[in-house]
Amino acid sequence: MKELLDLLESNARLTESEIAVMLKMDEEEVRGRIRELERNKTILRYITLVNWEKVGEEKVSAMIEVRITPQRDVGFDAVAERIYRFPEVRSVRLLSGTYDLGVFIEGRTMKEVSHFVATKLSTIDGVISTTTHFVLKTYKQDGVIIEDDEEDRRLVVSP
Amino acid sequence: MSKKAGWYERINPVVRGIPPSGIRKFFDMVTEMKGVISLGVGEPDFVTPWHIREGCIYSLEKGYTMYTSNQGLLELREEIVRDLDISYSVTYDARREILITVGVSEGLDLAIRALVSPGDEVLIPEPSYVSYAPTTTLAGGVPVTMPTTVENDFRLTAEIVEKRITPRTKILLLCYPNNPTGAVLRRRDMLEIAEVVRHHDLIVISDEIYDKLTYVGSHTCFPSIPGMQDRTVLLNGFSKAYAMTGWRIGYAAANPYFIEAMNKIHQYGILCAPITAQMAALEALKNGRDGMVRMVQQYNRRRHMVMQSFKEMGLHCFEPGGAFYAFPDIIPTGLAAEEFAERLLREEKVAVIPGNAFGPSGEGFVRCSYAASMEDLGEAFRRMTSFVRRSGVRPKTVVNL
Repeated sequence: MKELLDLLESNARLTESEIAVMLKMDEEEVRGRIRELERNKTILRYITLVNWEKVGEEKVSAMIEVRITPQRDVGFDAVAERIYRFPEVRSVRLLSGTYDLGVFIEGRTMKEVSHFVATKLSTIDGVISTTTHFVLKTYKQDGVIIEDDEEDRRLVVSP
Repeated sequence: MSKKAGWYERINPVVRGIPPSGIRKFFDMVTEMKGVISLGVGEPDFVTPWHIREGCIYSLEKGYTMYTSNQGLLELREEIVRDLDISYSVTYDARREILITVGVSEGLDLAIRALVSPGDEVLIPEPSYVSYAPTTTLAGGVPVTMPTTVENDFRLTAEIVEKRITPRTKILLLCYPNNPTGAVLRRRDMLEIAEVVRHHDLIVISDEIYDKLTYVGSHTCFPSIPGMQDRTVLLNGFSKAYAMTGWRIGYAAANPYFIEAMNKIHQYGILCAPITAQMAALEALKNGRDGMVRMVQQYNRRRHMVMQSFKEMGLHCFEPGGAFYAFPDIIPTGLAAEEFAERLLREEKVAVIPGNAFGPSGEGFVRCSYAASMEDLGEAFRRMTSFVRRSGVRPKTVVNL
């Protein structure tokens, strides 16, 4: 089961029959397991990792440190929810350390992102402070090196 | 070639008598071509894991650029001893029973040279890696090959060994998991072979470089067979399991007498294995296990895919239990191994190695390495299928019961 998830996590486009061959399983069984994993939300979504720069798409993203006041009964969850409901927000994580939430935001321009932080994020009840870090360059994302120039340098034939 | 000057005749006749490697001829052909997908590579397609490379860089920054003791860094020997103990419950003394070598290749050469006197016979399973017989010949020994067959899953049996034993037999060479067949020995096979070894008082050289790449059952380290450790030279290294072929780093484990004798040759011929490679090997043993397991898992998936492809192609291929090679039977195509490999290369631009490069009993087979990406494997097998179709092979109807 874990190996199947491993495979799909690294390449969601593998077909059921390909997976069946690789794991020496029955195709029907693979289909059944995937369906079950989708139903119980172990598999949440199949995503494509896109290098938008290649098509000239300028995007601005920022990591925002957010400090918040925890609330009785719900802790950080209620504030986190008010934040993650915004579609501009790509990810929200509760972190240990000097701030509480790490919020990742994506927008078209720097102005758009700053505007969102100033008007939407920092005004939420319970948010004490925000610190915005704009992303200058992405080297690696989700385990993938963006510009990987390592190639097969082996001799074509060897004993 | 200025044969006229008589230089050729002045080369040591033993060296002259060694035939050129069957692979080299093929190599020249492949390098001239473009767009070739190579399944002819005897090394991992993974680059050495980053933490190992980084560990080596750090050691260079720290100035580790000197000789080590002839036997190699004690810390590395201790890690090797620990690894052997954890993996196979065999116990060695890091100070007296381990020697760090420049790859298994050097370890093999040392073991043979330290043990073989002129005329001694060395039993070598076949098909097998190309260097066992020449190394024996160069040491003045007599290689005696033991053909194994596909009917027996290319396993070596006690019976095959027994048949070749003469009063001059001194060494039995074992090489499992096997290159080029991917065959593995079962523990039961080893126990029976050990019986013959004991009876005829043989020494065993066991090349277990593919030990970690075992997919069916678990690998039995030959020295772990009762009574065998003392009479076995165990050879292993880091090339395959940790994707470190170019580092040229391996080791030998044996009784102190053998190690001392091998070390004598090693100290004059090599002095010591490169310290940078030793530092990298140390890092591999200390922190490389998880990465290694992940690589093995990937090989296994490819192995399944390769087996399925041959089945669909209509070529019989016995299921390899180890290494990263498949050894399909190509007789139904009506082509000899070299012809098959040459035409497949010219017509479909897929490189495989003719089986007879690994000894005459490899005729009728080709070695396909699955140390290649899934994408390359998929494309290579598509091309190979159309090649095999053209030669008239049809897949047998698969009946699902």
